[in-house]
Amino acid sequence: MERFGASFLIAGVITFLLGFFLQGVMPVLTLTSIPTRTIEEMASPVTSHFVQLAVDYPEEFARDFGEVSEATHAEALELGRDVYVAEACWHCHSQFVRPVSNEDLRFGPVSSPEEYQNLMNLPHLFGTRRVGPDLSREAGKHSNDWHAAHLYAPRSVAPYSVMPAYPWFFDDNKRPNKRGLALIAYLQWLGSWIDDSQLAALGDGGMQ
Amino acid sequence: MSAIATAGSRPLVNLTLVRWHLTASAFFMIVSMLGGLAYSFQFNQLYPFPGIEWLSPGRVRMVHTNIAAYGFIANAFIAGLLFAIPRLTKKPIFSDKLGLVIFGAWQLILVLTIVGQLAGYGQAIEWGETPVFVDPLVLVGLVLLVINMSVPIFQTEEPGLYVSLWYFLAAFAWTGLVYFMGNYLPEFWVPGTAGAAITGLFIHDLVGLFVTPIGWGLMYFFVPLLLRKPIWSHALSLIGFWGLAFFYPMQGVHHFLLSPIPMYAQYGAIVATIAVEIVVLTVIVNFFGTLHGRSEAIRGNLALRWFYTGMIMYALTCFQCAFQVTLTFQKIIHFTDWVVGHAHMVMFGVFGFWIYGFFIELWPRAVGRSWATPRLLTIHYWATLVGLTLMVVDLTAAGLVQGFLWRGLSHWGESVISSMPFWWVRTFAGLVIIGAQGLFVYALWATARQPTEATQTAPIGAVTEPAS
Ligand code: HEC
Ligand code: HEM
Repeated sequence: MERFGASFLIAGVITFLLGFFLQGVMPVLTLTSIPTRTIEEMASPVTSHFVQLAVDYPEEFARDFGEVSEATHAEALELGRDVYVAEACWHCHSQFVRPVSNEDLRFGPVSSPEEYQNLMNLPHLFGTRRVGPDLSREAGKHSNDWHAAHLYAPRSVAPYSVMPAYPWFFDDNKRPNKRGLALIAYLQWLGSWIDDSQLAALGDGGMQ
Repeated sequence: MSAIATAGSRPLVNLTLVRWHLTASAFFMIVSMLGGLAYSFQFNQLYPFPGIEWLSPGRVRMVHTNIAAYGFIANAFIAGLLFAIPRLTKKPIFSDKLGLVIFGAWQLILVLTIVGQLAGYGQAIEWGETPVFVDPLVLVGLVLLVINMSVPIFQTEEPGLYVSLWYFLAAFAWTGLVYFMGNYLPEFWVPGTAGAAITGLFIHDLVGLFVTPIGWGLMYFFVPLLLRKPIWSHALSLIGFWGLAFFYPMQGVHHFLLSPIPMYAQYGAIVATIAVEIVVLTVIVNFFGTLHGRSEAIRGNLALRWFYTGMIMYALTCFQCAFQVTLTFQKIIHFTDWVVGHAHMVMFGVFGFWIYGFFIELWPRAVGRSWATPRLLTIHYWATLVGLTLMVVDLTAAGLVQGFLWRGLSHWGESVISSMPFWWVRTFAGLVIIGAQGLFVYALWATARQPTEATQTAPIGAVTEPAS
């Protein structure tokens, strides 16, 4: 009986590998032509909102990050990403814009694989559910202050909101702590590299 | 092997282990549902624990889905395997001690998962949110489980492997591979779009290559046993198994349709998905063929009723899936509550319902007493069915409303406000479901604590083995 039984185990392995090849390895191979960028590369240039953050919250910024530089920007982005993961923000917010349902009109240019080929997206944060809007082009949509108020009490700026409040990103005096600053820096970085020329070029995303 | 030498003195089925896994399953079912309910209240702007970092709604959501899969479903499935495999092979599991170790390790994994996620160590991999430090433990646990369960299958002297065992063996090969792929590749090695393709594959394979084959394997075991007749068509069983094995692993990318993942992978996933729906149909036809002529059994036997209700749900989800996988449907329904409705219909409406069937059949044997409160069980059945149906219909409708409002470019708040009534209905449905489970847990407890002299049970269909 042993050989017969083993055949099902082997069939399991083979069918798994076949599926893995078609749906996993092939996309990986297709995308290897795109160079993978590091977090440091993604943190450069520093966003204007990160500079502004040091102005908006000078004491907190100096305490938690020191100077504005590409290195501290990278540090903030990585921490912000980790906070985003720890709170599972990605269960309520997607990070890709589809070429359908007028999404390019609402959120901006349709997503392309190049945007995600970097270590800020390890693991990727595509998301599968939108309770709140897509965040892949969030940079600059709101001011730093707005984000601080929104994270502290979402309903203070959007009364209908069902987004949770995150008071633990703030000190007792309601000013952002390190995690809060990092998260705001991260949100203000998302899609910040998409300039207007790219916007025009991507336009309809070439997919429709 | 020593395990065999002592088999004479060892009972065939280790009912103690079955009892413990069932108990753990019921416990984690309640934990998971409380998490789901709390998170549901967030959508009514009434989250019960606002401002408490460890009970942050996003973290609680991870606990809800992970504990549903690895606590409620996996524990009950292990109990089912512990019962079915020795009965089918006429050999006990490899080692009872190892069984105990696996039980302990698995519950430790679950506790660590809950604590880790609430402490902020969840991973950003859907259904693989189990913290990084738990993943190696899960892999070790799975390997031990596979060893313990497959030894009797390899030692059996029965004249041929029954369908259930095909499914179990294939699932044994799949589960560890799938878990490793999903929890490690996109987390450490494959960033971005390609990583998304792999997590899509993981979400899909976890359902398709772990939950589905073990679920169907147990159906092939229990249904003929309870109906006291063999499965209708061996040919359909063959098509069902090989079709699933071939087409199921090729569909991962259908979770990220219209994403930046290369279109050929998306089209491939769509075609494979529609192919598997056809295969699934053959399995369902096979089971209804088996029922043919004995349908009155559904009325008398609650376990069978759960099984066939689950199968009808399965047919519905698969039918739904064949449509929702098309790009036309995706435009509207993706990212909406429609998908959440679909997820509850399959994970709870199918596999959860089958698990209740296992409980009905196994719990009396595991505790050596017959059900103390049969009427409660009937109420539990109806309340759960009504609650789940309400939840699914409600979320499906909510999904359509959300999808069309987004496409119509109305303000985002419009879609949130318009969803509110639906989210209230979901909370209500959740209360009905969880209330029903309260009754169920009471029934389990009341049954177990009856005095021993209560009649030793012989649940319906207990005597015959399925034809192999
Ligand atoms: C329960 C679901 C949910 C969770 C979890 C959630 N959000 Fe939200 N989010 C929403 C909703 C709904 C809105 C729209 C209403 C509003 O502005 O508050 C929103 C809006 C936003 C916006 C404004 C978007 C815009 O362009 O106007 C940002 C930024 C945001 N969320 C960030 C986050 C971050 C960061 C986290 C995790 C710490 C998070 N969200 C967790 C539901 C959620
Ligand atoms: C008391 C009953 C339940 C309630 C109130 C409930 C509530 C919820 C809520 C609010 C979500 C999040 C939806 C979102 O992100 O928008 C969710 C997700 C989910 N639940 Fe439940 N749930 C219940 C029972 C179950 C059971 C029993 C299972 C499985 C056996 C289950 C499996 C899932 C899955 C798989 C998801 C993820 C859906 C997705 O991402 O598409 N739930 N549930």
